[in-house]
Amino acid sequence: MAVQSPSLDIGGAVLVKPTPSSASRGYWQSVGRRLRRDPVTLICAGLLVLIVLASIAAPWLGLADPYKTSMIRRLYPLGSPNHWLGTDELGRDMFARLIYGGRLSLFMGVTPVVCALLIGGLLGITAGFVGGKVNMAIMRVMDVFYAFPSVLLAISLSGAMGAGTENTLLSLTLVFIPPICRVSESVTTQVRGFDFVDAAKASGASALTIVRVHVLGNVLGPILVYATSLISVAIILAAGLSFLGLGVKPPEPEWGLMLNTLRQAIYVNPVLAALPGVMIFITSICFNLMSDGLRAAMDVKA
Amino acid sequence: MLLYALRRLIYLVPVAFGVSLLVFGLVHLAPGDPISAIVPPDAPKEVVDKLKEYYGFDQPLPVQYLRWLGVTLTGDFGTSIGTGRPVATEVASAFGNTLILAIAATLLAFTLAVILGTAAAYAKSRIVDRLVTLISLVGVSVPHFWLAIVLVIIFAVELGALPPMGIGPENSTGWRFDRAHLAHMVLPTIALSVIPLGVVTRTVRSTVKETLSMEFVTALQAKGMRDRQILFHVLKNAAPTCLAVMGLQAGNLIGGSILIETVFAWPGTGFLLNSAIFRRDLPILQGTTLVLAGFFMLLNLTVDVIQTMVDPRIKRG
Repeated sequence: MAVQSPSLDIGGAVLVKPTPSSASRGYWQSVGRRLRRDPVTLICAGLLVLIVLASIAAPWLGLADPYKTSMIRRLYPLGSPNHWLGTDELGRDMFARLIYGGRLSLFMGVTPVVCALLIGGLLGITAGFVGGKVNMAIMRVMDVFYAFPSVLLAISLSGAMGAGTENTLLSLTLVFIPPICRVSESVTTQVRGFDFVDAAKASGASALTIVRVHVLGNVLGPILVYATSLISVAIILAAGLSFLGLGVKPPEPEWGLMLNTLRQAIYVNPVLAALPGVMIFITSICFNLMSDGLRAAMDVKA
Repeated sequence: MLLYALRRLIYLVPVAFGVSLLVFGLVHLAPGDPISAIVPPDAPKEVVDKLKEYYGFDQPLPVQYLRWLGVTLTGDFGTSIGTGRPVATEVASAFGNTLILAIAATLLAFTLAVILGTAAAYAKSRIVDRLVTLISLVGVSVPHFWLAIVLVIIFAVELGALPPMGIGPENSTGWRFDRAHLAHMVLPTIALSVIPLGVVTRTVRSTVKETLSMEFVTALQAKGMRDRQILFHVLKNAAPTCLAVMGLQAGNLIGGSILIETVFAWPGTGFLLNSAIFRRDLPILQGTTLVLAGFFMLLNLTVDVIQTMVDPRIKRG
């Protein structure tokens, strides 16, 4: 969108004063500036980058083998030599498993939201922009999914399809499509009512051009912010499914599953049994704070 | 008012139809044949065919759906494959247990949330506001099934102050209002209440804060009204938004208690659902999902109607 520049009207001749590009700060520039001044968001982002990088680079960090079991080294307490975070119920190194666990836990939390963002966003923007019967059809279908509490929907779908990473990803994506679709639909409907959309229509722009140029730029921000707020829910839900035995299968390291298998150890080594949950908690809190920071920086109303 | 409620009830019919389709489809999402769940893999073909005929799985899908819907609408949810008892009986007794826990958790969460949220909105000092914001952040970020385990570790394993699992003492036949049963409820109630506590506190804080900045509050102050009376007006104005969020949270809590019920071995719908999944007891899975979804829909409807009663600004169209 063109920046409103002051025009000087001198006796019929219109002089449009060009604005120097340096003076007009773009929207994303000001968002970036606000983010840089927000220490909480920066710390959270840094911590998340650290967790993500560590889990991606896990095989090259010189960690112990996360799959190597040992019958004599089971449930070592924290601070043991060679195993500073102890060992789990099968004698595997906890530190290595926690770092490796981030791979699946993060992947299973972020992927469904990204997929749901693509599908739900597309459906919602279509429903909002086209309106009428298309809107009715899409939104009524979403209403059906809204009749289920989200956790119930995820567990019933996963339970019916059976355990496994793919099934968990599928059921979580299905759970997150309706809320993203609803938010996309409502912001698109709002934007569609603005004058500049009418102006573009009047100037003969095709529907696709209007969506690409005028609608997307205005709705993507709010939709993205909303989607980031879902990531922490998705991570907890994915870990919860694995905790129930419906997600990742053993012996893969995954935080929810580790929490489940270590439950038998709460009488022997309680602190150890709680460790994987600490990782889920830290990750989820960082995502939530970052989403709040993003919301504030992008000036999106909740 | 009654007319509005009725109209909303009629709107629910197409949604309920969709829900029934989805729940019916659950069985067919399952890998392989629905029959394969109840017969051993080496069963002779005649037996499998007989069973298919008995359960009606040999019919085309639309016919199967209509038959299932007809039977279900009369309140017959089939027979549990695991126990051989009617699904309706099993779900009904479990649902009662879930409801007891959910009511306790909602009462705890909503009471605390209203107090904390209002206090934060009114707070002159930043510390109170920060503290409440932190509590609500922790509430929405904490994996509640992990918190449940941590609570068990602290209060049952380390301190030995509260029982770690179950609905009551070992010879208990069902929930009763006595000391022993209440002690068993403490930890699951706390674990279950953290998410609604976080979400509702956040909503109450921001809504009350917004209401406080409205002009009518200044007018009431200028008029010389007492603070306590003003608070009443502020809360009344903030109520509709908060109620909507509370309704959704109460419903989610009933669906979301599955993880908590599993940790505490609480014999509710979540526990039933979880064990049904591992026994591949599809009728129970269907029945529980249907009952919970139905309850969730009715709860949302009730909240909607209450909301229009509280807030005359909402058009009853």
